[in-house]
Amino acid sequence: MNANGHFVAVENVTKRFGDLEVLKHISLDVEEHGVVCLIGASGSGKSTLLRCVNLLERVDEGTIVVDGETITNGKVDVNALRRKIGIVFQAYNLFPHMTVAQNVMLAPRKVRGLSSNEARSRAWGLLDRIGLLDKADEFPDRLSGGQQQRVAIARALAMEPKLMLLDEITSALDPQLVSEVLNLVRELAQSGMTMIIATHEMSFAREVSDKICFLDGGVIREQGPPDQIFRNPREPRTREFLARVIEAGRM
Amino acid sequence: MHRVLHSFANPFYFRQALPDIWSGFTINVQMMLIAEVLVLVFALVLAIVRGLPGRGAKPFRGLAIVYTDFFRGTPLTLVAFAFILGIPGLDYPGISHYSNEVYGIAALTVVYTAYVTEVYRAGIESVHGSQRMAARSLGLSYGHTMRYVVLPQAIRRVVPPLLNDFIGLQKDTAIIGAIGVIEAAAQANNFASSYFNFTGFLVAAVFFIYLTIPLARYTDHIIKERELRERATAT
Repeated sequence: MNANGHFVAVENVTKRFGDLEVLKHISLDVEEHGVVCLIGASGSGKSTLLRCVNLLERVDEGTIVVDGETITNGKVDVNALRRKIGIVFQAYNLFPHMTVAQNVMLAPRKVRGLSSNEARSRAWGLLDRIGLLDKADEFPDRLSGGQQQRVAIARALAMEPKLMLLDEITSALDPQLVSEVLNLVRELAQSGMTMIIATHEMSFAREVSDKICFLDGGVIREQGPPDQIFRNPREPRTREFLARVIEAGRM
Repeated sequence: MHRVLHSFANPFYFRQALPDIWSGFTINVQMMLIAEVLVLVFALVLAIVRGLPGRGAKPFRGLAIVYTDFFRGTPLTLVAFAFILGIPGLDYPGISHYSNEVYGIAALTVVYTAYVTEVYRAGIESVHGSQRMAARSLGLSYGHTMRYVVLPQAIRRVVPPLLNDFIGLQKDTAIIGAIGVIEAAAQANNFASSYFNFTGFLVAAVFFIYLTIPLARYTDHIIKERELRERATAT
């Protein structure tokens, strides 16, 4: 916890790729056990913002505080920070040369220094929780996309993170596989996991989050509780975006 | 035609030449095996050094580049001459009193390390950045990411080109023979000068071919297996 009481505090963050400003003066707070959903069109900066929070990208201006520690001053131990932040990507990014269990066990063993047995029992517990215990010794390419994504979530959880970042984790999935992944995320939210979720699944965002942030062109146009954003969006840009989402049948 | 056969493929001389050339060929196999192991290790180290991130590693990256540029561009024959004739002449204690075979192995290692470094490097670069990102985001250090995530995938991918380079290395052990190691090709040459018959060259060629064919087939097998696997995942 930091002085403001927020678990994550993003303040006035700007990020550029060359001349292109992908994030412009972003400010956003996440409470402990809170779930924040980032919505907005592709290219609006959702992924970049998530990547800034675990320092996969460096911010050009502004500060980010995570769990009471300012991470943007260049002095922070990047590996130590990432130990407490899990991230799951759209493309799963499982390690293809390792079995499912090895994928889950790698970081706990090499980063946390768990013994092989400890790591194994932790991995087995998680695989049981995600319902894939029977796939423990399979290689990832034998699994469906939904199963792979659940393994990716288990792999991140194996590090016992205090914060999870989910980067459009259902966008690459066939529609019938989306719900198995979202159910798992729902369960995580109920267990009190602090999360920042970039998503195109509006009904899910509405149901699971405490706060919705609408990003548009690298700017947070509007943020607030889900009911307000979805029922009473104040900004014309938000209304436009939501109208297009409804038109596309995504809500 | 008869004269050609008599001169290059005479059954009588074939049997006659076999024992000496076989004993020479064991030297080729010895040089090749030792050089290949050394090349695999040194080239991997160089490839890793070339990929090291950060400004602090710049001089090391530079040295690795100079090394590969220099030895990839220099003919093996020159390097072998320099080592086999040059190093003993230096008369340094500790390095100047080995057999020609040792200098030959050193020359092969030094030259082939430069090639194989590039093969490894291509493999390392072929591993998608999202793999490193996934590993680093789990808190793995750069070293652990290389060791457990990038290199295992990279090495698997470069096995076919590596085997290809090793076929080249096997044959190039004959170059060392031309400069003072009595291996198969040199034995064949001796045989030719004693009997005025060149069947010994055919004998040596058969030995080399016998050694490379299994490697070549194994390479084909690996490539085919990978194609099958990738096709399976694409569906």
